[in-house]
Amino acid sequence: MDRRFPFKVLEHIFSFLDVNEDRNSVSMVCKSWFETERRTRKRVFVGNCYAVSPLKVARRFPKMRSLTLKGKPHFADYNLVPDGWGGYAWPWIEAMAARRPLLEEIRLKRMVVTDECLEKIAASFRDFKSLVLTSCEGFSTDGIAAVASTCRKLRDLELRECIVDDLGGDWLTYFPETSTSLASLDFSCLDSEVKLSDLERLLSRSPNLKSLKLNRSVTLDVLASLLRRAPQLVELGTGSFSDELDPEEISKLTKALSELKQLKSLSGLWDLLPEYIPVLYSVCPRLTSLNLSYATVQMPDLIDLLSRCSKLQKLWVMDLIEDKGLKTVALCCKELRELRVFPSGADLDETDVTLTEQGLVSVSEGCQKLESVLYFCVQFTNAALVSIAKNRPNFRCFRLCVMEPFAPDYRTQQPLDEGFKAIVERCKDLRRLSVSGLLTDKAFEYIGVHAKKLRMLSIAFAGDSDLMLHHLLSGCERLKKLEIRDCPFGDTALLENAAKLETMRSLWMSSCFVSFGACKQLSQKMPRLNVEVIDEHPPKTRPDSSPVERIYIYRTVAGPRQDTPEFVWTIHKNPEVGVSRLSIR
Amino acid sequence: MSESVAAEHDYIGLSMEAAQMSDNKTKTRDNNNNKNDDVLNFKATELRLGLPGSESPERVDQRFLSLKSSCPVSGAKRVFSDAINGSTKWVFSPGSATDVKDIKPAVPVKEKKSSAAAAPPASKAQVVGWPPIRSFRKNTMASSQSQKQGGGDNNNSETEGEAKSGAEPCLYVKVSMEGAPYLRKIDLKTYKSYVELSSALEEMFSCFTIGQFGSHGGCGRDGLNESRLTDLLRGSEYVVTYEDKDSDWMLVGDVPWEMFICSCKKLRIMKSSEAIGLAPRVMEKCRSRN
Repeated sequence: MDRRFPFKVLEHIFSFLDVNEDRNSVSMVCKSWFETERRTRKRVFVGNCYAVSPLKVARRFPKMRSLTLKGKPHFADYNLVPDGWGGYAWPWIEAMAARRPLLEEIRLKRMVVTDECLEKIAASFRDFKSLVLTSCEGFSTDGIAAVASTCRKLRDLELRECIVDDLGGDWLTYFPETSTSLASLDFSCLDSEVKLSDLERLLSRSPNLKSLKLNRSVTLDVLASLLRRAPQLVELGTGSFSDELDPEEISKLTKALSELKQLKSLSGLWDLLPEYIPVLYSVCPRLTSLNLSYATVQMPDLIDLLSRCSKLQKLWVMDLIEDKGLKTVALCCKELRELRVFPSGADLDETDVTLTEQGLVSVSEGCQKLESVLYFCVQFTNAALVSIAKNRPNFRCFRLCVMEPFAPDYRTQQPLDEGFKAIVERCKDLRRLSVSGLLTDKAFEYIGVHAKKLRMLSIAFAGDSDLMLHHLLSGCERLKKLEIRDCPFGDTALLENAAKLETMRSLWMSSCFVSFGACKQLSQKMPRLNVEVIDEHPPKTRPDSSPVERIYIYRTVAGPRQDTPEFVWTIHKNPEVGVSRLSIR
Repeated sequence: MSESVAAEHDYIGLSMEAAQMSDNKTKTRDNNNNKNDDVLNFKATELRLGLPGSESPERVDQRFLSLKSSCPVSGAKRVFSDAINGSTKWVFSPGSATDVKDIKPAVPVKEKKSSAAAAPPASKAQVVGWPPIRSFRKNTMASSQSQKQGGGDNNNSETEGEAKSGAEPCLYVKVSMEGAPYLRKIDLKTYKSYVELSSALEEMFSCFTIGQFGSHGGCGRDGLNESRLTDLLRGSEYVVTYEDKDSDWMLVGDVPWEMFICSCKKLRIMKSSEAIGLAPRVMEKCRSRN
């Protein structure tokens, strides 16, 4: 075919494409565009590590400098995926080490990473700069030490909510003795203490450090000394904020914080005591991001803090903020874009924490730029959802968790169908939605009809029948990830919409009524889907009509995976098991 | 369409009629009742974390499953597939071992607030993975709460312990072992004595050589037994130590069991040569407490 553009020109044009979706589109135009694009892609994102083989990815992108991978399904965060399911980083690291030694950045989410993996990274990539592990597990601080000591150009080392075998704080001493190139260090998920002197020295020799997130065991009395050595910080995650300080120490800390002229983001603040809130006043006016979700401070102390944060764009709090606090946010934080309100479990202590739907309504009224919400609340009303939708049609992410399963609108006792209808009707740009409370099939009919841009949907304890699933799979055109638990439907909708599943990244269903027979049929019918039955009792001993505990279905060009544990069944494991006689309409 | 679906699934025992909405008010209650009555049927679709093929014990008092069973370690753990790289490295994620709120009867209804208020919080019927909060956050909040309840007062160690056991019927502590590539998490409340704990640990870490733990059972109320301590140290390659509330590392077995579970934060199995220095502190502590 004609080459209209010389390769070099095309390459130059493509170098301006940094959004991978655009690159994916471009690569499908024709062969030469595919070739040009693949030779110029630097940042590679693989949303499901089993969707494609590491070898193929390594071969396809010779200029790869950054690799992002996701492993386990999202519901693994809530313990719905048994240990040992999979998501191993090793095959990827091994493949990249052999073929892409110039790789500089590895970002992994929900994957199993061993010390061996970390040592391999340290040994194989001479220009390695950035390691970001989110919700990963399987490694110890020894692996971290290996990376710290060997990767001389290390810029980012971030362990976000990982489960680490913490063997002590020594790993911190393994960074290069002269200066380091560290820009970002996050060890907030580690338990053990690091030596103050080690930390101080590290900070003193890391002039580029912009982001530092300490762990909880770093006590308040040493914070001032640390901050004096890193006044250039843009992001700070403190350690514990509850130790006793004498007045002199308090004033030193206040001064040290006020010296952080570039600080934009503050987190940590574990067990923040009300008497220390004034210490933070100096940084508030500049803050764009504040994470108070581990700060057990209650009202009205929170108001003192929040009313000073006029530039805040992102706020994470606990329900201790109550409706009153959210009213303050609505008044004072006009730049707010993202709000997350987590449950504190305060009701367990029998204290009265009044966070209701009113809080979210206030924020939706007052904060014009609000586009992302995660809100945990005991109960809700349709009227509130309708108001919220009217106020804020610009939502892109709306996650409401009504904590009581099957809870209806507590004023009218109606299901929350009408409320969520308002949300999907009004918020035309909605990309992510989590629903909860009492919902019938109607709610999902509305979602199927209106939520045309929806990419990710999470459902629990909802719906009446197969219609629910059918509405979603046939209606939501852009749906990529669907996760469902404890809903009463199964086979028919799944089999009728089988083709849809190949357009999605994945479907998770647990505690629903999907039968083993349907899983087998689906597997047979759709060779480019991996249909995994994750069940404590091996399905092959059960009749085809029996429901399975969990299914995880995802599209893949890598074929069946070889590393499934015993409790994961796929058709490839037992090909001799015949398909039952359920008919597909 | 929904009718045929209902017919197909009648065997489950959950009538689809109950799921229809005749009266919204009663729907929730009906569901509650149905699901409560049909707990056994619900079992068919219940989430579990136990071994494939194993019989799950009674739901009601279910704690962490795979550790509690007395299978040897190699059976109880999912081994990283040899097909991948030939390594037999174990991968264990103690965080997903879950904490109190998760492993409970899978009745998807929270009790009404009024009735739950009187009872200790953990007796509320709760569902695996609900509400959807990440383990990291749950664990952090759980330890925050226990810190608050415990306060900082050493003299009230026993009342602290009681308050703690009232609020948390599970007492998860991490167990690490020198040289082991993984750590485990166990619930101290499931053991009644040092003997039980000792045998459980032995099973858990049996792939590494563990010598005799010594007979802790006779420790009883005396609190301290010097000769047993030295026997222990001489007789075995490894000893079990724990980190207590004051962040001191102590030898396991020297304080009464009740006191031990109240103050133990972490367990570590270390080589006995490294544990020698712990003995004197143990004696001091016991003396000051007695």
